[in-house]
Amino acid sequence: MSQNTGDIHTSMQLVHSSNQQHIKQKIAVAVGLTGLFILVLALLNADLPNRGFWLFAALGFIMAGTVLYANFLYLHKPAGVQMNGIWHKSLTGRGILGWAAGICITSLYVFLYWFPQYLGYNAGGNNTGLVALFDPLSIVLNGKPATQWFLYGTLYTVAILSFGYKFILKYRHSKYQVIRTCSVMFFQLGFAFLIPEIISKLNPDQPYFTRDIKNMWPLNHYFFEDWNLKGMLGGGNIGMFMLLFGLAMIFLISPVLTYFYGKRWYCSWVCGCGGLAETAGDGFRHLSDKSKAAWKFERISIHTVLVFVFVATVAVIYSFLGNDPALSIISRNLFIYGIVIFISVLVGALYFFKRKNLDKDAVYTMVSLGISMVLIILMNFFFGASNIFFTEGGTLMQWYGFAIGAVFSGVIGVGFYPIMGSRVWCRFGCPMAAILGLQQRLFSRFRITTNGGQCISCGNCSNACEMGIDVRAYAQKGENIVRSSCVGCGICSAVCPRGVLKLENGSETGRINGNTALLGNDVDLLEMIKKQH
Amino acid sequence: MHIAIIGNGIAGATAARHIRKLSNFSITLISAETDYFFSRTALMYVYMGHMKFDQTQPYENDFWKKNNIALKKGYVTQISHQNKTLHFAEGETMQYDKLILATGSVSNKFGWPGQNLKGVMGMYSKQDLDMLEACTPNTKSAVVVGGGLIGIELAEMLHSRNIGVTMLVREKSFWDLVLPAGESNMINRHIASHNINLKLEEELKEIIADDEGRVKAVITSKGDTIPCEVVGLTVGVSPNIAFLKNGDVATDRGILVNRYLETNISDIYAIGDCAQQHEAIGKRRAVEAVWYTGRMMGETVAQTICGVRTAYKPGHWFNSAKFLDIEYQTYGWVSAQPTENENHFHWKHPKHNLCITLAYEKQSRKFLGINTLGIRMKHAFFDDALTKGLLVDDVIANLGASNFDPEFFKTYEREIQTLFLNTKMPVS
Repeated sequence: MSQNTGDIHTSMQLVHSSNQQHIKQKIAVAVGLTGLFILVLALLNADLPNRGFWLFAALGFIMAGTVLYANFLYLHKPAGVQMNGIWHKSLTGRGILGWAAGICITSLYVFLYWFPQYLGYNAGGNNTGLVALFDPLSIVLNGKPATQWFLYGTLYTVAILSFGYKFILKYRHSKYQVIRTCSVMFFQLGFAFLIPEIISKLNPDQPYFTRDIKNMWPLNHYFFEDWNLKGMLGGGNIGMFMLLFGLAMIFLISPVLTYFYGKRWYCSWVCGCGGLAETAGDGFRHLSDKSKAAWKFERISIHTVLVFVFVATVAVIYSFLGNDPALSIISRNLFIYGIVIFISVLVGALYFFKRKNLDKDAVYTMVSLGISMVLIILMNFFFGASNIFFTEGGTLMQWYGFAIGAVFSGVIGVGFYPIMGSRVWCRFGCPMAAILGLQQRLFSRFRITTNGGQCISCGNCSNACEMGIDVRAYAQKGENIVRSSCVGCGICSAVCPRGVLKLENGSETGRINGNTALLGNDVDLLEMIKKQH
Repeated sequence: MHIAIIGNGIAGATAARHIRKLSNFSITLISAETDYFFSRTALMYVYMGHMKFDQTQPYENDFWKKNNIALKKGYVTQISHQNKTLHFAEGETMQYDKLILATGSVSNKFGWPGQNLKGVMGMYSKQDLDMLEACTPNTKSAVVVGGGLIGIELAEMLHSRNIGVTMLVREKSFWDLVLPAGESNMINRHIASHNINLKLEEELKEIIADDEGRVKAVITSKGDTIPCEVVGLTVGVSPNIAFLKNGDVATDRGILVNRYLETNISDIYAIGDCAQQHEAIGKRRAVEAVWYTGRMMGETVAQTICGVRTAYKPGHWFNSAKFLDIEYQTYGWVSAQPTENENHFHWKHPKHNLCITLAYEKQSRKFLGINTLGIRMKHAFFDDALTKGLLVDDVIANLGASNFDPEFFKTYEREIQTLFLNTKMPVS
């Protein structure tokens, strides 16, 4: 009986140490909530003296709380997959906390977009409330009082940085995940947040125009809107740089990078929407709908958005060309027919080179481009600059900005993280993702390869896919995964218990393979099964 | 033609799918366990909260209807092969033209006192999972008996819910009947690093009940008493053939089949865990309870049933598993103890849980197989190496092409190659 006490001791120790961890985690949560509480106080117009101090305290507490929480959650355990209980927990398993969080985030977006005055934003005079709390930081960075968008950008960056840290600890066994997350944090902090603010500070008299060079059209739907174009054209060297770089991103940099690395170079390494999804949204990735019905809906919805943004953009430029002859380099007709020829050549070339392995996604994208083209021609024939599709040129884009830019990408896209997963926007709404996806499917070296007969159909890969791809359906057949929607986050590979999945860039030959027989059988049967299908 | 398949696991479901691809026969997939085919290997992830049960089902529920595969929930108690009739526990009967037995396994119990108490269970079926879920909401400590693949999984499951776990393992070192010493020791240490109490060379003697007939403690072969509320019996599985005991289908440990997976009764076949080859194939076991062999037998029997009589000829042995955080892959044969004409080359990372063991023939230096822990390697690479009969030197020289780890992972081929070249292996 001598070891008896030892056994009890060990199991007591385990329980004891897990209790200790729980207490530490609770303290960390308390620290983070203290930071949030300061923000709430400010929101309720509590008159906080020395706003700079309190802002620093609030953001500091939030970040410190998250960092401590992550440390206490992961560092005492050996590195490895950390998915225990994600479906059991209220916050990440669509429980009450999940719904509560969803409603809170959704409300924040509603206020940001349509009622910034309640957050304390005052366009004409001094800010109050929460926005005022951010004034000191805004003045340091861009020389002006804060707007609700500065508040949003700051919190967004804080979220990506703190949850990025948590993500790195969670996936510290995977170097791919660590490097990728550093990239996402870097682009958010530098390119989306600091650089644009500092450019504004250095050029206080310039009108506002987009200064986040990684935020390219059509994700940045207002890139071609007249105020932005005029802003860039009148914005000196920086404006010209933004214009030229923006165009280069669309027509040169993006296609080349997507060819070599797939759309992941953007969607899960650079993009801000992706950045938030991969960090703050990571705990909700499993909530995406994996059904075939969802996939069907995804194809229709994302391509509808693509047509919408394309036509709206053309309409905006079309009106611009009419209204500002001085700034118009080409005539309207020339512009329209240029676009028509461009799309025709693009679709024609796609079809010619890829007609043998066109899948539904590709067909959908090509049909969308075709529909856009028809709409554009109709526009040129039947409507004038001031009346496009029975409305003003810019109105179409305003609708787009409201329905897609605000409601879809913000309110639903982020607000519904705890209900529908972290990539709702990227999957169902982002026109950028649609274009990059088409290229990824047809002209790219990227694929996820599978490892012979090792798949045990457990489904961890599908569960972890934030884009709702049923990865297992391919893995258990030994097929490469070459899907338009795959953002290349690599978590399917990280959670696979049998080492089956690998993200790779390689030769285009044999990239899309329809294996129906897995390695492991003797060669005769393999050959026979292959022939039968 | 009506094909009845008893068992909707990987073997039965694969057979059904492939028969459908090859024919218009009517197919019925029978199970008493669940309504739909699910991945047994994923049950642990349901308990650990990684996944929901319906996510373990590889096909959506309407898949079977769309493919005209009838599903029948029921337990077959008897087969009348003379008139080709199945008898169900519920009293119904069903006619068949050809019958595939794919009934899987049951957990072993070796007649321990107290093995049927409340709180004692195996970890094999959906029912086991449900029972474990029902038993463990307030469990503080559990004992897992057996140090195999299911044992370590059950220990991980319980551990994920902060239940103190003691593992009783008969062997000197974890899974050392399969793993060479270097790997086995690494797993021992890894289990300890998770605060799981691994008791080696200690077996279960008796399970003691409390006043309500629930587990209170176990007594081990060394006479120790370990208090616990749950006992997991994971000392291997055996073919699930109890329902055939009084019938004419020939059985031994499993249902005896020839290379064509045919039993002694015409038009009755057996595949997957429940089948036993008259003669083992190569170094494989006569009864193979492995996921992919179930799948391959399903593919094979579908060919035979659809008119192309095909022998079950598995290719080179391979397998994989995960021990808590450490992934394990094996290709070809690496003996736990090198046999007379077998040499082992072992490389181990000085700090991390990474190691490989290559086995090769002493004289000819022919490559026999490889075990890896913590490094993912390509199935196709080693399958090819084994088919071509490459020498171990060639395999080592081309090791870079075998790596399947994610991008940016540090590779160790250089270190491995250097150690290999600097190691003077005895040539007899």
